[in-house]
Amino acid sequence: MTDSPLIPTEEIPEARHPFAEAWEMFRRNHAAMVALVVLLLIILAAIIGPYLYPVDPFDMVWSPFSPPGADGFLLGTDYLGRDLLAALIHGARVSIVIGLAAAVVSVLIGVTVGALAGFYRGWVEELLMRITEFFQVLPTLLFSMVIVALFGASLPMITFAIGIVSWTAVARITRSEFLRIRELEYVTASRASGAKNGKLMFRVILPNALPPIIVQAALMVGSAILFEAGLSFLGLTDPNVVSWGQVIGSNRQYILDASFTVTIPGLAIFVTVLCISLVGDGLNDALNPKLRQR
Amino acid sequence: MEPLLKVENLRIELTTRTGVAPVIDNLSFELGAGESISFVGESGCGKSMTALGIMGLLPEKVGRIASGSINFNGEELTTATAKRLRDIRGNDISMIFQEPMTSLNPVYTVGEQIAEVIRAHQGLSRKAAWDQAIELLDAVRIPNAKGRVSDYPFQMSGGQRQRVMIAIALACEPKILIADEPTTALDVTVQAQIFDLLNDMKRQTGASIIMITHDMGAVAEMAERMIVMYAGRKAEEGPVEQTIEHPRHPYTRGLISCVPHIMSNISEERHALTEVPGIVPSLSDFGQNRCLFASRCNMVTQKCLEERPTEKPFANGQKAACWYAEEV
Repeated sequence: MTDSPLIPTEEIPEARHPFAEAWEMFRRNHAAMVALVVLLLIILAAIIGPYLYPVDPFDMVWSPFSPPGADGFLLGTDYLGRDLLAALIHGARVSIVIGLAAAVVSVLIGVTVGALAGFYRGWVEELLMRITEFFQVLPTLLFSMVIVALFGASLPMITFAIGIVSWTAVARITRSEFLRIRELEYVTASRASGAKNGKLMFRVILPNALPPIIVQAALMVGSAILFEAGLSFLGLTDPNVVSWGQVIGSNRQYILDASFTVTIPGLAIFVTVLCISLVGDGLNDALNPKLRQR
Repeated sequence: MEPLLKVENLRIELTTRTGVAPVIDNLSFELGAGESISFVGESGCGKSMTALGIMGLLPEKVGRIASGSINFNGEELTTATAKRLRDIRGNDISMIFQEPMTSLNPVYTVGEQIAEVIRAHQGLSRKAAWDQAIELLDAVRIPNAKGRVSDYPFQMSGGQRQRVMIAIALACEPKILIADEPTTALDVTVQAQIFDLLNDMKRQTGASIIMITHDMGAVAEMAERMIVMYAGRKAEEGPVEQTIEHPRHPYTRGLISCVPHIMSNISEERHALTEVPGIVPSLSDFGQNRCLFASRCNMVTQKCLEERPTEKPFANGQKAACWYAEEV
């Protein structure tokens, strides 16, 4: 090489891939690790449970209000004598799918709005952020109830209704990240090498803005599950599919006589959402460089 | 012969809270093919603004080219469309920046970032662009280019990153390379390597170089001609050696006398390090019809405060904007 003996070859201390580092940080968070394991178990149950326990949750299989454990029904039966365990397993699918899909919908809307606003600034930003604020001040539950009531309670419509009321946080986070990153030197450098606006937005800036968006998306899955439970508790759900909220809603009159019919699906929601929040929290620690040094 | 780049009476205005200030005030210069020139001056003199102005990258809504012309290879850049400018940037005129630590995108490998530029401007296939990226890394003397091409920027040292930046800038064999303080953030030993590299690449590709710096050593190392900027105006222009030997503007003289000299014999009497007293005037004072250096100049007279000095040409090609250029 042309290096003179005076000049040592440039070496830098062992640097690790950001993903490896993030995983290391995540693993150190014990609560988040436990939550991740529980969450994976719940997802596994939702995927293969119906095959292992092939009982139709709508079938009346026994007398009503059979307590958990009695008569061979692990979690008992509800007010119509339907198997609660089957309802729980089948309901997990609906809850998780709606949670994920609604989070995807709101991330798509939020990232698009936030990216355009943060990148173009000016009147585009003004307009988009006023729209965002408009959606922010809408009473979310009422608005989504109106959508479901007007357009029918199908799963896609419920997903859409949840997504459309919860994208504002993503939009604001995305915009603020864009405002920060667009001023950085590597963005100017990309511009200086002739990058088009679309590429600057989605290939240069967005990947660097992702960490807080990922955290927010994870937390949003949890709140979407809660939202779905709330809607189906109010009866705004597809009557042909069972979901956790719907089980609570249909058994709510009997809460004093057979509290387990409401408690058990309630616990399922609680544990799932708690786990998602803990995982989200762990992701936040792992992806936030400011917390790395701790 | 027509110069490659011809800037005439360029005026760039910045909108500040206190009003509009001309950060570049009536600047003219020419750059021939294969020539290298240097812009010198303190921070805030408008060196970087000149570069951004040529690239069409002035900060949106804040900076604009108010008048004058930038003619590149017969094409007027001040009126060119955004699309045309994008095609030129990175392809015909490219730029390297001051901070190698922050001017590479942290989420892509260096190979991806080099290949990206090649693909965007030359429409090569992914594979061909990748192979060329490896060749370029090798050309900028990164050892084991084949292995390092899929490294991320954080796996490289500052000097290596600046080499990668140079590889990106030279990927499409530009006619002009603008280097905005390319070595300010680097160790002295690495600085020398980068200058060597830039000089080699210039010889190989025949690119013209515009180097922006405040380091007189870098000027002497890199450029044939230098332009000294002060408060948005050209203070002096001339061939490097002659200008350093005999500056024709008090500001140039001041800058040169600020450079410390290393002495082999430390018992030798050392000259006191001189300084240019005062600071660059604030943006709001730019553009007045007087000599803006007057407040820091030891040769100041009433005339300097009343009228902006015109440019005086000398026989050797030097030009100085000072009323008393002959006497300096």
